[in-house]
Formats: sequence, C-alpha cells, structure tokens
Amino acid sequence: MSEATAACEASAPLLDVRGLSVEFSTDRHRQPLRAVDGVDLTVARGETVGLVGESGSGKSTIGRTILGLTAPSSGRIVFDGSDITRANYRERRRISTHLQVVFQDPYSSLNPTRTVRQTLGEMLRNHRLSGAEVDERVNTMLERVGLGADAAGCYPAQFSGGQRQRIAIARALMVQPRLVICDEPVSALDLSVQAQILNLFRELQRDLGLSYLFIAHDLSVVRYLSHRIVVLYRGRVMEQGDASTVYDYPSHPYTRTLLDAALVPDAEEQRRRRDARRPLENAAGLTRGAACPFSPRCSHAVDVCRTQRPAVELTSRGSLVACILTKVNRHA
Amino acid sequence: MSMASPVSDVADVADPGGETSVSAQSPRLLRRLLRRPVAVGCVTFLALLAGIAIVAPIMLPNVSSEQAGDLLTARQLPTGGHWLGTDTLGRDVFARLMVGTRITLVGVVEALAVVLAIGLPLGLAAGYFGGRLDRFVSWLADLAFSMPAIVIVLVVLSVFPQNMTAAMITFALIAAPGLTRIVRSATLPVREELYIAAAEVSGLSRPYIVARHILPRISGVVIVQASLLAGVALLVQTGLGFLSLVVPAPAPSWGGMIADGAKAIVLQPWLIWPPGLAVALTILVLGLLGDAVRDATTEGWAPPVRSGRRRPLVTSVESDRRGLSPECGSGRSQTALLSIEGLHVGFTSGASTRRVLEDVTLSINEGEAVGLVGESGCGKTTVAMAVLGLLTGSGQIEGGRIQFDGRDLGDLVERELREVRGRQIGLVSQEPIVGLTPVFRVGWLLAEAVRTHHDVSRREARARAVELLRQVHFADPEAAARRYPHELSGGMAQRVAIARALAGEPKLLIADEPTTALDVTVQAEILDLLRELQVKRNMALLLITHDWGVVADICDRAIVMYAGQIVEQAEVRSILQRPLHPYTEALLSASPNHASATECLSVIPGDVPRPGLWPTGCHFHPRCGYATSLCRAKAIPLELVKFDRQTRCIHHDKMAGSAPGTVTISKNGL
Repeated sequence: MSEATAACEASAPLLDVRGLSVEFSTDRHRQPLRAVDGVDLTVARGETVGLVGESGSGKSTIGRTILGLTAPSSGRIVFDGSDITRANYRERRRISTHLQVVFQDPYSSLNPTRTVRQTLGEMLRNHRLSGAEVDERVNTMLERVGLGADAAGCYPAQFSGGQRQRIAIARALMVQPRLVICDEPVSALDLSVQAQILNLFRELQRDLGLSYLFIAHDLSVVRYLSHRIVVLYRGRVMEQGDASTVYDYPSHPYTRTLLDAALVPDAEEQRRRRDARRPLENAAGLTRGAACPFSPRCSHAVDVCRTQRPAVELTSRGSLVACILTKVNRHA
Repeated sequence: MSMASPVSDVADVADPGGETSVSAQSPRLLRRLLRRPVAVGCVTFLALLAGIAIVAPIMLPNVSSEQAGDLLTARQLPTGGHWLGTDTLGRDVFARLMVGTRITLVGVVEALAVVLAIGLPLGLAAGYFGGRLDRFVSWLADLAFSMPAIVIVLVVLSVFPQNMTAAMITFALIAAPGLTRIVRSATLPVREELYIAAAEVSGLSRPYIVARHILPRISGVVIVQASLLAGVALLVQTGLGFLSLVVPAPAPSWGGMIADGAKAIVLQPWLIWPPGLAVALTILVLGLLGDAVRDATTEGWAPPVRSGRRRPLVTSVESDRRGLSPECGSGRSQTALLSIEGLHVGFTSGASTRRVLEDVTLSINEGEAVGLVGESGCGKTTVAMAVLGLLTGSGQIEGGRIQFDGRDLGDLVERELREVRGRQIGLVSQEPIVGLTPVFRVGWLLAEAVRTHHDVSRREARARAVELLRQVHFADPEAAARRYPHELSGGMAQRVAIARALAGEPKLLIADEPTTALDVTVQAEILDLLRELQVKRNMALLLITHDWGVVADICDRAIVMYAGQIVEQAEVRSILQRPLHPYTEALLSASPNHASATECLSVIPGDVPRPGLWPTGCHFHPRCGYATSLCRAKAIPLELVKFDRQTRCIHHDKMAGSAPGTVTISKNGL
C-alpha cells in the first residue's frame, strides 16, 4: 500500500463522501434517472484522487454535488469535519474559501465582460481587503501560474485556451483552498499546453499542499497526476485503489476494457493491443434495479450479475472492486 | 430633466447594480462611443433636443399660454420672420415646436424609466432563479399581453383627465412584461455558463452575480430594447397628444401640432411636416444610438478575431487561383489521389492579409491513411477546408495547386466542385451531432444524401440508407433509420455521420478529429470502423488529429504541421520512434503516456504563434532547444532526408542520434 493510502487511513480525510446518490427526474411519469448511485470516496489532505469514467458515468455530477451546484438525493458529504450535504447559501459561502473548482471549458468558465483583475479580485470580496492588497495578491497569483502581472488588465478574449485555463486555476487558488475539484481541466487543451498545465497542478500541490479531486476521461492524464483512482460506470464505483495498482493490475472487467481501449502512441504496441482487444458486447442496454450496470457489456457476466448488486471486495493488492469475479478468483 | 445626458442613462442600464463601476466604466464607454461618427451625431441630436426641452419654455414663456397669434398671417409657409411658418391661428410653428419638445420628451423618459425599473429586475430574477418565480412572472406577462393597451390607457385618462404622467406610467406597466420576457430569455443561456457556477462556488452574493456577471452580458439586448421602447413611447405620447388627451389646449406638443396640421391639411399641407419630421427623426436617432451603444459596450471584451473552431461553413469561390505556378513539384503527383502543391492560404481582413498556410505540399495515394497532426492553430483544418473549397469568409487560396484524381480543383467551377465534394471526397467532423439537422430522422437524412449524389428513386435511396447504416454496424439499421439525431449517443451519431459521408461512395474521406469528443471505448470502435471501410472500399483517409494514439492506431503516414507549415512527414512507425523535427519530438514527449508519475512532463515553452505573428526563419525557433542563429536567419525548406521522409529542420542529423525514447524495431517484436 502506498504512502498516500496509509496517510489517508491515519488521519480523517479532507473529503468524505458516503453513499452518495443523485437522481434527475426527466419526466413526471418516468422513473427518475439515477446519475450517481451509492458512491463512496475519500480525498486525504495533499492527495490527488482521479475520478475516471466515460460520459454518463456521473463523474461530473459527483463534482457538482460536492460543490453544491446539484442537490443529492441521498448520502452524506463531509468536508473538513463538517457535513455539507445540504449546506445553504450562507454555509456555502463560508466553505468557499476552502473548496474551489476548475472547469473543463476555459471559454465558458471566464466571464468575457470582466478583466482578469476583476475576475480574480472578486474572489476576495468577502475578505475585506483594500484595493491595493487585492491588486498585489492578484499580481502574485498571476506570476505564480506563469502569466505575469501585466495580464491583469486584459479581457479573457485576449488569451489562448491554455492561458485561460491558467487564469481559471489562478481564480480557484486566490482564496487559498484546501481542495480543488478539477472537472476535466485539460481535456480542451492541446498536448503541449496540457503538459504545462499538468506540471502546474503538480507544482502547486507540492508548494501549497493542495488536494485534488481530478475528474477526467483520459486515463494517461489521470495516471500521471493521481495517487488514487476511482473508476465509475453508470453512476457506480467499479473499482478504486492505488493509481499504479489499478493501472497495472486492473481487477474489474470494466477497468480492463477501459485500459485496453486507450490508445498508445506506438504503432507496434497499438497493433498488439488492438488484436488482443476483445470486441465489446454491443448491447449497451440499461440495467434495472440491483444488477451490475456493466453486465450487459461484460464478457464474464453470469446470471447472478444481472440480478444482484455485486458486493465491494478488497483484492489482495489492496484495491476495492465491485465484481463477483474478485471473490471467485480469490477463492480459486 | 434627466434627458440631458442620454448616454449616462444607457450606461446605467448596462450596469445599474454597480457601486463603483458606473463611475469606472462610463467614461471608457463614452470614449468608445465617441469614436463612432453615427453615435456622435445621435448624441449631439439628443443633447440638442434635451437642451431645447430645458431652455425653450424658459426663453419663450408665453408660447404655452398663447391662444392665437396674428390671424392675418395664419397658415404661412416659412419666411424670415417665421422660420417654419405659422399655424392656423397665426402662431409661430418654430416656437411651438421648441416649447412642445419638453412635454414630449418628459413623457418618453417617464415611460422608459418605469419600463426598465420593472421589466429589467423581473426578467433577471425570473431567468436567474427560475422555478416558481419564473412561472409567476411568465403568467404575469401573459396576463399583460392579453390586455388591450390603448383601451386601458384611455380608461386611466378618464379617471385622471389630461394627466400625462398617469398615461405614460400605465403604458409602461403594460409594456414592461415584454421587456421582462426578452431579458429573461437572454438571461437563461448566460445562467448556464460555467463562470456563473464558478462564481456561486466562490461564495459571491447573488445580487452581485446578477449585477456583475449576468447584466453586462445581456446589456446589448437591453440597450436595443430600451431604444426601441423609447421610440414606441414617443409614438404613444404623440398619439395621445394628437387626440389632445394629455396636453391641455393652448400648450404645444408635437402630437397636438400634428393634429392641428391634420385639420388644415387641405388648406396648408406644410403644417404637419415640422412636427412629423421631429417625431420621425427622433425615433430614427434613438434606434441608431441603441445600436451604436450596444456595439460600444461589447467591443471592449468581444473577441478581436472569431474563434476558428466555430466557423460557419460558407463557401468562397476563388476566381484567380489559376495561373499561379506551383512552387515545388513532386514526382508522385501523377499517381497520387490527392496532391497539394505549394498551397498558400490567407485570410483578408480590411486591407491586410493574414497568411494561415504556407507552402503546403502533400499527397495521398489511393487507399492510404494519412494523419495530419498538430496543435490547434497550426492550420490542419484549413488544409482540409481548402481541399473541399470550403474556406470560410475571407479565406483565399493565394497560390499553389490542388489536384484530385487527375483533376485540378482550381479549374472547377462551383457546380463541379460541389460534385467532387461529398461525392468523391467525404467529410466527417468532430461534432457529428451538429452536422445532423435535428428535425429529420436519420433515415431521411441519409436518403437525402444518397439522392444528392445518385439519380435514384426515393424508395431506392431509402433502401441504400438502411444499407449504409448496416455498413457502419448498427445492430438494427431499420430501427436506427427511424430515430432522430438527438436520440443518438455520441458514438452512434459519429457512425451516422460516417454513413452520410459514404453515401457518395467517396475515394477520399477527410475526418477532422473524428474521435476527440468520444469515450475511449467508443473511440476504439469508430477507429475500427474507419479502418475496415478504408480496407474494404480502398478508400483513402485524411485524418486530422492531435492525438498520437489515433495516429499510431490507424495511419500509414503522418504529416506534422506547425504554424501553417508542414514540418515533418514520414511513415508512422519511424516518426513515432525517431522524430526528425524538434516540434514532433517535443509533441511526442509532452504526452503523459510514458511519463513516470514522479517526474515533470517535458513541455514546449510558450504557445503556438497566431497567424500573422510567425517569426522569421524557422517558425519553431523561439521555442526550440536546437535553435541557432541559422534558424533565425531565413526560411527553412522542407528537406527530403530519405525516401518518403521529409523534415523542415537543419539540425535533424543531430536529432537522429539523440532522440529520446528511441526504441529499436526488433525490440518491439518485429
């Protein structure tokens, strides 16, 4: 078990999510859509937890629920010792200095009518600082994210995607948060810019002791940045564990499918992977009730997968896996 | 009289919640506004009008009580003594017009102030908070719309006879819900923007978010509406004046003067002209000013150049691209399916031209899969658009030659080009759902595509559409054909888009980031499908991508672009293992794939330079670790290193030895 996991068990986690479910009602007559279904996850201080899954897996919904932008239907969210599951606007304002967000789209996440100074400065509105102090902190933060203080007077339209994402990161860090929810923060960026931003995330974590909940669909990005990884499918946690364990020894069939499908920039290796890849069952049907949501596409699925919710089992390598195969393999 | 400064009025509209920013922004807005000649004219006109409204009744105190003038000189045309002539009772028309300005403008300002005071906050609140409040406001608006406005105003006037304020406030109350609706629907999309979510997460108060984040975004709509409403209010005030309902008899108003003129229209047609022109001109100026103020408020933050990603697909026909000699010839152009030689593309804005592609030479053979790799802004998509003749707006091919299947695309007229595009060259874009018209079923969309390219009956086209869906592996093509685009998942939509591109049985399929928006497992399926189609149909594939994994998976050859130029071109395996251009090398090592979790990723400092800001010499030299003074001195040509391997770098021999991550082929099991 890695240091990160050990540290997580030693002290109370910064963020503790238990049995979180989120439902959206699409239609009065239909059953509500369950976007997140009984998710447990924790983020320790100074730790990066990667939340991986395909579109519709509920990963962004989890982030939005923690941020209070979406209401949960059940479960508990404890942040830094206090229950924020149903925090009202006043309590949210108090937490906002500790909990921040960086969104995917660097175009929509900055108000085009506000200069960079206004965007960053307004974060300190509740801090009762003088204009000069605010300006100083804005300039310091802009230097910190590699933009330079002269960017302060410009509007977002004058910056490229990568620069905008730096501004968005600077905004999140203005109030010196402890946890930053990163919702696909690099997926809209070019490769070389992505590398710059990933390095920045890592540097900031080292210098400021930040924790990240890093939501992404790109497995190589998540692997590079995360200490621990949570794999989601259709709103449920399929597998979670140390980053290296999940990648090198995936236990859940879905994790394996996901890893097999990921492309590598090596023609020979890619051909080998392609040949080894099992064709995925095409019946991407929805499951009802307790069944394992992956069972319609899973090549290992047996009858019990379609009727029972698989229990979460601890593997010998320390990952938590929601698949009956885990148990079978261990007994075998 | 608050009409004295119409500009600051509108600036208040743009930011009424601002405690400090009105003072901070207004001068800037004013300065921007005064750069526009139309605005200067409008502001001058309104300021003049406001000045007249204030001064005239003071300077000419007797006019409003003057029952009749010199009856002997009644109904005169303009003379030296009476600039605008005299009315039926011999009074001076010019003096009456001046004095009547005040009551007219007061009515407009009253109505506008009330409309904005009610309509704006209600609309913002309904749009931002939504839910029950929104429903209540909508219900209120419906109620107001169902009321006969003029009847209610008349009823109010029967209770408060000759009371203009009462009449204008009543009008404003009935007009406000219209503004509310417009403000609400302008607020809704802004409310969904991520920066609103970010502001909420930041614990900013809701009034602050509405005033600083939402209002500035919708100010353009509000300003235009306010100017239109001011015009309507002016008409209503004039109408009521015409009916002599709001201004007691001898006192002049524009409406009253029109009424006087109308009575005497047979005897003296001139009389309705001065007040009529005053009304028409004021309404025109209000409209023009509204547009100018809106443009001035948004120009500060509006992007200077349109983002290239959201381009409308406008066709531009290049008339003069023939007669330009290709700059470099390639021996392969005879056998190649597509061959581009020395292509230069520029975008004209005003007098200047920004070059976006420089000397692009490439060729694709039949059945070959070629990857066009690079970051955004390097010109990958422009190459595809130039081939298809779909360059946007001011895009022009400035030089070079594009040959497809033995024909020079430059020689074709638009009709022939349409034939090539779609039928012989298919296009699949990054966002398939955007390309599918939402009101038609998938089967209809495909059948239409089939009928565009082949002369077949509807029934036959329909059968081919289903066949196409089968070819892109829909389990139940009949059912898929009956679906609407919004019922498709991202992967299914991309397969429909591919099916549509196949309708003309193209020899070349251009796929612009076809899997970027898709999940990894779906991405793998789409790539498998493309590979299968390529092999089965011997179809060439030009794949535009930034993902080396996609290139490794499907392409035979890779072409790397940087800042409008091709910088390297080689067979995929060799380029991935031993890049011969520093940009390719840097791009490959920026990928987190092989990075260990403990080390920093190697990065390329800085950004891709925008078109027009390319450095002299090698475009990459400011960001390159190998750069020497030679690289800065002059343009670097694309050099043929060995068979089918080109690089635009003079240091490639140094790189060949030291390329990081160099793996020998045998080690990989070949």
